[in-house]
Amino acid sequence: MSQPTAPMIAIEGLCKDYEGRRVVEDVSLTIGRGEIVAVVGTSGSGKTTLLRMVNRLVEPSAGRVTIEGEDTRAQPPHLLRRRIGYVIQGNGLFPHRTVAQNIGTVPRLLGWDRARIAARVKALLEIFQLDPAEFAGRLPHELSGGQQQRVGVARALAAEPHLLLMDEPFGALDPIIRAKAQEDLLAIQKSFGTTIMLVTHDMDEAIALGTRIAVMDQGRVLQYAPPEDIIARPATPFVDALLGRGDRPFRLLSLGHVRDLLEPGTAQGEPIGPEASLREAFAECLWSGRDALPVIENGQALGIVRREALARQAGRPQ
Amino acid sequence: MQASAVPLARPRQGQFRFRLDLLGVVIAALGFAGLFLPFAAFRANRIVPGEGAQLFIALGPVWGVVLLSASLLVLAVALLRTPARLRLAASLSALLLLLVLIGEAGRHLTPEGDALARVSPGSGFWVLLAAFALLAADALSRLALSPLMRIGLVLGLAAVLAAILLSGAWDALSVLREYENRASAFWREAETHVLLAFGSLAAATLVGVPLGMLCHKVRPLRAATLNVLNMVQTIPSIALFGLLIAPLAWVAANVPGASALGVSGIGTAPALVALFAYSLLPVVANTVVGLGAVPRAANDAARGMGMTNWQRLAGVQMPLAFPVILTGIRIVLVQNIGLATIAALIGGGGFGVFVFQGIGQTAMDLVLLGAVPTVILAMGAGIVLDALVELASPQKRGRS
Repeated sequence: MSQPTAPMIAIEGLCKDYEGRRVVEDVSLTIGRGEIVAVVGTSGSGKTTLLRMVNRLVEPSAGRVTIEGEDTRAQPPHLLRRRIGYVIQGNGLFPHRTVAQNIGTVPRLLGWDRARIAARVKALLEIFQLDPAEFAGRLPHELSGGQQQRVGVARALAAEPHLLLMDEPFGALDPIIRAKAQEDLLAIQKSFGTTIMLVTHDMDEAIALGTRIAVMDQGRVLQYAPPEDIIARPATPFVDALLGRGDRPFRLLSLGHVRDLLEPGTAQGEPIGPEASLREAFAECLWSGRDALPVIENGQALGIVRREALARQAGRPQ
Repeated sequence: MQASAVPLARPRQGQFRFRLDLLGVVIAALGFAGLFLPFAAFRANRIVPGEGAQLFIALGPVWGVVLLSASLLVLAVALLRTPARLRLAASLSALLLLLVLIGEAGRHLTPEGDALARVSPGSGFWVLLAAFALLAADALSRLALSPLMRIGLVLGLAAVLAAILLSGAWDALSVLREYENRASAFWREAETHVLLAFGSLAAATLVGVPLGMLCHKVRPLRAATLNVLNMVQTIPSIALFGLLIAPLAWVAANVPGASALGVSGIGTAPALVALFAYSLLPVVANTVVGLGAVPRAANDAARGMGMTNWQRLAGVQMPLAFPVILTGIRIVLVQNIGLATIAALIGGGGFGVFVFQGIGQTAMDLVLLGAVPTVILAMGAGIVLDALVELASPQKRGRS
């Protein structure tokens, strides 16, 4: 059975060939418990294939995957998959089943009793801010895109998996709903402690969500590191290009919070909250032409954040 | 069909009086012409040519005036822009009146005690019937009734028809005279007809759906199977019935027990086999299309969440493909109810017996005795199955 000290996922020398063409080439990486790892790359980079080899939707040509220390080949694929949450682009909800039935899919496969499934569905709907009385009996086509996406994630979390695999989970959402969905995911991940492996082509999304980022190109992992390191020290010209030279300082700023650069003092004008990102603070300084912003939390003045300090923070880390 | 023939917003109540309905103009013209055509036809016996009887001659002055004024009123409702409910009520009342009065024409035209004279509906009757039926169909589509209400409507119309038949209102009409002489044969052939149509459908469903699943799964098999079934579909029905005589006669003669089961070169067996062969293509093709149309994401999610192949087939793919498969079954049923008439040519029985006897004797009334029930059966089956298809599609079901 699972070993409490083993990493959540250990991928060792994983390869995949399709008709003589190698689409995933000798990938090894480990993902710790409670991490969010974002696998980012262009289309055809092999990132989705890599993800699908973890729950054996694709069988590896070589190498192995262990989850909590246990080889994924130790049990039949469908039993393995019931322990792993799975979210895909376009959510994949079953159009003929109600929201409650959709969310109850895996618990039903696992043979939970009715009362337990009903209670779990109700709890999840509440966590995802969908009123059970209103939404449980609806069919997916009666929901908005954002609501469908939330039901898709709720469904993946229904059987309380330790591990969640997500393939472009926010790809079909418009930018405003996407930002909200990302925030919600982070909050839920924090409260459940679920480990997440997420595939995306969007570097901003990878930086916003990932505790570590794996950059893939042509079947290989070029760099696997925390977002700060990826931005500061891109391993190859390809990683550099994927980051976009013009955006680098701002991406770096987006990782920090105003609280980190708090200084004593007073300043004039519209205040900013301590949990706002440094990127927002810097943008506000530039836009309003101020050298410093007052930082206020719940009506309490905490100090200021200065433009000069922000600008220094945006430079390449030494 | 909405009232969008004229690209204007639907007029408010009170405004409609002076505006024309485009389809209504056609219906009114048709119905108006129908009033001048012979309402019924009279013949001294069943095979001589008939002579037409105008409305007032066929019905007498009282009923003539009633039908004339009622028809003009209903055609006016059709001509002007009126609410769909009024149009439906008007057309259904007119249809009922028309159906009752054609029986009255039979009584009125038949000389007292003359058992040979035949009265049948004339061209005027059929044209009026078409006009009012068109008005009813149009009103129904504008009302957009729910599937269950449509099934209820079919049952209601069947009940009205049965009531008219049982009341004896039509007993003086030629078709019922033919029926009277063949009552037991009629019900026997009706049973055979239904057995042929539904039996071949059941067999085609039992074989076709699994075959479709297999074709969905095994790609090379799909093209081959569909091509063969397509070819079968192109064989003219009479030829297929004929082609089956030799092999089935051989089977009956050489396979032990086959003839005891009713297999023979002519009769019901080859008819069932031929109808079954025609039925396979729509069932298999729609199963393949339905399974192919299951959203990729739903399929992928089902696998990714740990459903076995059987759970995925039974829980996701088949339920989602079901409305499409049911559409195939609808096509087959309506097609088979019609095609089963040809079974009579090879001794297979069914309503076709009367059609071919009637053609042979140049007795059109006998042809009608076979054709009218076939048409009614096919239309009823079509409407009911359409409603079932809609009930089975979650996307079209109304919000609750």
